[in-house]
Amino acid sequence: MSGPLTRRRTAELPEHPDFLWRKPQLKKSYDVIIIGAGGHGLATAYYLAKNFGITNVAVLEKGWLAGGNMARNTTIIRSNYLWDESAGIYEHSLKLWENLEEEVGYEMFFSQRGVMTLAHSVGDVRGKQRNFYANKVNSIDTEWLTPEEAKKVAPILNISDTIRYPIMGATYQARGGIAKHDWVAWGYAKAADDMGVDLIQGCEVTGIKVDNGKVQGVETNLGFIAANKVALAAAGHTSTLTQMAGFRVPLQSRTLQALVSELLEQVLDTVIMSGAVHVYVSQAHKGELVMGAGTDAFNSYTQRGGVHVIEHQLAAACELFPIFSRAHLLRTWGGVVDIAPDASPILGLTPVENLYINSGWGTGGFKATPGSGWVYADTIANNAPHALAKNYSLKRFTTGHLIDEHGAAGVAH
Amino acid sequence: MLSINCPWCGARDETEFHYGSQAHVAYPENPETLSDEAWAHYIFFRDNPKGWFQERWVHTAGCRRWFNVWRNTVSHQFGPSYKPFTPAPARP
Repeated sequence: MSGPLTRRRTAELPEHPDFLWRKPQLKKSYDVIIIGAGGHGLATAYYLAKNFGITNVAVLEKGWLAGGNMARNTTIIRSNYLWDESAGIYEHSLKLWENLEEEVGYEMFFSQRGVMTLAHSVGDVRGKQRNFYANKVNSIDTEWLTPEEAKKVAPILNISDTIRYPIMGATYQARGGIAKHDWVAWGYAKAADDMGVDLIQGCEVTGIKVDNGKVQGVETNLGFIAANKVALAAAGHTSTLTQMAGFRVPLQSRTLQALVSELLEQVLDTVIMSGAVHVYVSQAHKGELVMGAGTDAFNSYTQRGGVHVIEHQLAAACELFPIFSRAHLLRTWGGVVDIAPDASPILGLTPVENLYINSGWGTGGFKATPGSGWVYADTIANNAPHALAKNYSLKRFTTGHLIDEHGAAGVAH
Repeated sequence: MLSINCPWCGARDETEFHYGSQAHVAYPENPETLSDEAWAHYIFFRDNPKGWFQERWVHTAGCRRWFNVWRNTVSHQFGPSYKPFTPAPARP
């Protein structure tokens, strides 16, 4: 799908660009139905069409395209997770990011400005260094920074040793960065639509029809739609869908909040995360500071969270970046994230034949969008887990082969 | 912030509490005969309803006792709180 990039001015705040794709007539049946037109669902549709020529595909979205977690995340991209499985899928994703705008022919403001993860105690330093060496072993680019070196990368960082949680070191992945989340979704949507995929907004799945252990299609507010294969890509609503199909998943839906400041001069040209004092921050292209932290403590489908969670992360931000203390909070919002017990995704086959699951990306799904879509499309097309998805199956909760990324996920759950 | 009704102390701010997930998950009666799959369900699988949910909280910064409560995950509305080992009130 190479071609000239669709360019716009960065200061522009575009309306939802429905002109980028058709308003297709819903068909009675499809080869593949993807439930959820967020980043992962759209990327999956794109790679099904592009890598496998499977274009008789509908992506069903109960709201509007990319209006869920894809519109609500902090756009951080990195691949410096701890375990081999994670290194595999997140690094595959990062490699796809590096060529994505050219490939789909749509600008996404992908910016490899680096991701720095701070350590604030001896234990924290040991944990981060373990992660650093694990990344080295997996050939994932990473550096260890002293506080002084960290300050060279981000001069506004407070490296005083008299603050409550002083910075004692940091990992730095220079290839990490950010992208413009909406544009990523729109790029995938346009490219998938160009190849014949039907994007159906305002279509809520109310039932999943299973006969003799095999999926037959989905009931929706627009009527029954038959399908050879059905692929879940519904993040926080995954367990409500699997319930319709008659099986349980070990997922809990929580609120994850994010926030932005008003537009400021550019002061931060990298991404900085701290799991210990609990904030992550980058500065978007237009100038707003984008921040997030951990999830709210309890299960929720409200897309709303508590102000005390915001207060906590802003306190951390103001200590690390004293210059932020005069910034104003402009907007906060929440998304419904699906968290697995080991903070790793669940991707693969299900107990129902021809029904596939891609979920559990929790607080960090945005970075995985291309890799997840790629691997999921392969899994659906071949009706067998892609090599990178093998260990992400539902079965790991029975075998005990967990992929514990609570530490490397960067935030508490 | 939620205002949570501790059955011993009354309504207090959410920040005084910690969350304990789904209530009434009983320890398996015959653990030695349990299959791996049944263990997996006991350890890792919890209900995740969109709507009313019976869940546990502990009043960490108060009486430090555990209790159960009905809460709606779509509206954050609370139903009755009740002490452990007491019969659960009906769904609100």
